[in-house]
Amino acid sequence: MTVTDTGAVGLGRDQLTTLYETMCTAAALDTRLLNGIKRGEFATVTWPSRGQEAIPAALGLALRPDDRLVTTYRGLHDHVAKGVPLTEIIGEVLGTSVGASKGKGGTMHISDPAHGVMMTTGIVGSGVPVAVGLALAAQKQGGDRVTVVTFGDGATNTGSFHEGVNLAATWKLPVVFLCQNNLYAEMTPVEETMAIQHVADRAIGVGMVGVTVDGNDPVATYRVIKEAVDRARAGGGPTLVEAVTFRFEGHYAGDSAKYIPAEQLAEMREYDPMVTFPVTLLDSGFTRAELDAIKAAAEQAVEEAVRTVLAAPAPDLAEIQLDVYADGLVVTHD
Amino acid sequence: MTEQKLSIREAINQALDEALRTDPRVFLLGEDLADPAAGVNAVTRGLATAYGTDRVMNTPISEAAILGAAVGASMEGYLPVAEIMIMDFIGIAMDQIVNHAAKLRYMSGGRTTCPITVRTSVFAGTGSGGTHSQSLEAWFMHVPGIKVVYPSTPADAKGLLLSSIFDPDPVLFMEASRLYALKGPVPEGDGIRIPIGKADVKRAGRDVTIISYGLAMSQSLEAAKILAADGIEAEVVDLRTLLPLDMETVLASVAKTRRAVVAHSATTVAGPGAEVAAQISAKLFHELAEPVQRVGAKFTPIPSRASEAAVTLSTGDIVAAARKTMGAVRV
Ligand SMILES: Cc1ncc(C[n+]2csc(CCOP(=O)(O)OP(=O)(O)O)c2C)c(N)n1
Repeated sequence: MTVTDTGAVGLGRDQLTTLYETMCTAAALDTRLLNGIKRGEFATVTWPSRGQEAIPAALGLALRPDDRLVTTYRGLHDHVAKGVPLTEIIGEVLGTSVGASKGKGGTMHISDPAHGVMMTTGIVGSGVPVAVGLALAAQKQGGDRVTVVTFGDGATNTGSFHEGVNLAATWKLPVVFLCQNNLYAEMTPVEETMAIQHVADRAIGVGMVGVTVDGNDPVATYRVIKEAVDRARAGGGPTLVEAVTFRFEGHYAGDSAKYIPAEQLAEMREYDPMVTFPVTLLDSGFTRAELDAIKAAAEQAVEEAVRTVLAAPAPDLAEIQLDVYADGLVVTHD
Repeated sequence: MTEQKLSIREAINQALDEALRTDPRVFLLGEDLADPAAGVNAVTRGLATAYGTDRVMNTPISEAAILGAAVGASMEGYLPVAEIMIMDFIGIAMDQIVNHAAKLRYMSGGRTTCPITVRTSVFAGTGSGGTHSQSLEAWFMHVPGIKVVYPSTPADAKGLLLSSIFDPDPVLFMEASRLYALKGPVPEGDGIRIPIGKADVKRAGRDVTIISYGLAMSQSLEAAKILAADGIEAEVVDLRTLLPLDMETVLASVAKTRRAVVAHSATTVAGPGAEVAAQISAKLFHELAEPVQRVGAKFTPIPSRASEAAVTLSTGDIVAAARKTMGAVRV
């Protein structure tokens, strides 16, 4: 496909298509997993990101395949955006042998170094220092690879976050700290846990650039992330990007999210990127039929991956005891 | 092979020097490591001058970030050696070691590995009180995926540290600050390694096996001398590596002596000795002449200098425990 500037949003048609494809795949994945759990088709744990699709899509577009990513339990969309195959993601969520880690990681621990996904963590804030280390390695190697770490607003209250961003700023490391601020940390609204309005302001305290962007706008978010990635690539050091968004589901699959006020939910529905971005795309010359086709293809890809995963065997006990140490060392008391 | 006489501090410095000199993947990071300070323990003296501050990196006081940075860099093929100045501060970095370093290989199905070395010093016996004197090795023995090494001689320290740095798994490497000045023979030259996971019989004997490691080893050897004066010949086994434990060497010794004492600076309650004693009892129950004895620190925080000796392991404790196992002689 040729790149043509679409004027209004300033991105090429193929870039806009990529953004929407990623968003549709991410949303379809979330929805399929939630539905499967709800109707008892499979039992597992997931942390839905329905509503946050624009940010990972923007991230995916801004990164090179060899750029590194560290993400969190709520990271399935990030994995999609970074190119992790759907069977590997779903395989890990459902714990089967076709998962990224042969079923030994689980939803919170998906990694795929071939696509730059180095770690996914369930410990809030803990990915930040690890991303700093990945960026340190890139700096030592002298290349221009960039590391991005994603996390929520809650993570920015941890010591790991503060220690990590300070070290990165001090050492001018090629890393982007991407806060997907969905206004809740588990069940607690952001204003109950921070005295500042913008997470991005935390950058001032360590001497790096901080930017807040509308995380429901994939184009705006892409621009901000791209600028941060370019800065890091050029040796300009880290950036803290805060992309403000919303989470329409509960904290985890099964959480009815009673703590989200109905008025807030209704208001936020108007900014749902899966609703607003198609409007932008139609304005930019896409047809309804094209958008429907992208969405249908995404849903079908997810459905096919689910089928593959459900047909795959669980890892056997020998496999489950492997990879604790190198060289197959198994420590026992007998 | 020619030998040199080195202190443990010098032996560790030599190991770091060899690692930095022979492998560009190795770098050190931690608080105050660079010259002229070279750390509170002066272990890294001269290394920043020789290799530059890109390879011997001073960090802010950020234990979680030090360990996290090591973890991240190791995933990209580096062999970072991170220093946690004093073991009591390791709690701040615990998440990075226990949740990440130890499990990355497993949770990625072998796609990522984490060959970091975490060097830390145990300040026990320096009179520094409750937050600067703890022997916390048992915390780490409880975690699948890491290795725990705690040498007691200069030769072991050098050979084991080099093995740790080049080991494909994360290793916690403990150093007793009281032992830094202890001197002993160390073979000269590069490439000399002590394998991880192999205990060492530091003194041969036939009557009772004293199993120990790290700081408590010198007390165990002293205890063996005192017992010898009474005609009791103690065999002293230095575990050297706590995870994995070399139970083969321990069991071979205890099968011979039929009596065992496990001695360490860590608290006796839920200490490393509990694991060793349980395995001996389970495997040699019918051969044992007496129950296995465990001795270590009392279950209190370490008090001020004046009272420290009252709660920590003494040579006398080891001697008394050994004598207890000699109490009843069965045929
Ligand atoms: C260190 C730590 N403390 C507590 C938890 C439990 N927990 C899981 S998710 C979460 C909320 C995190 O909120 P935020 O960082 O805003 O991310 P979000 O889930 O909104 O994406 C908490 C408290 C945890 N996993 N790790």
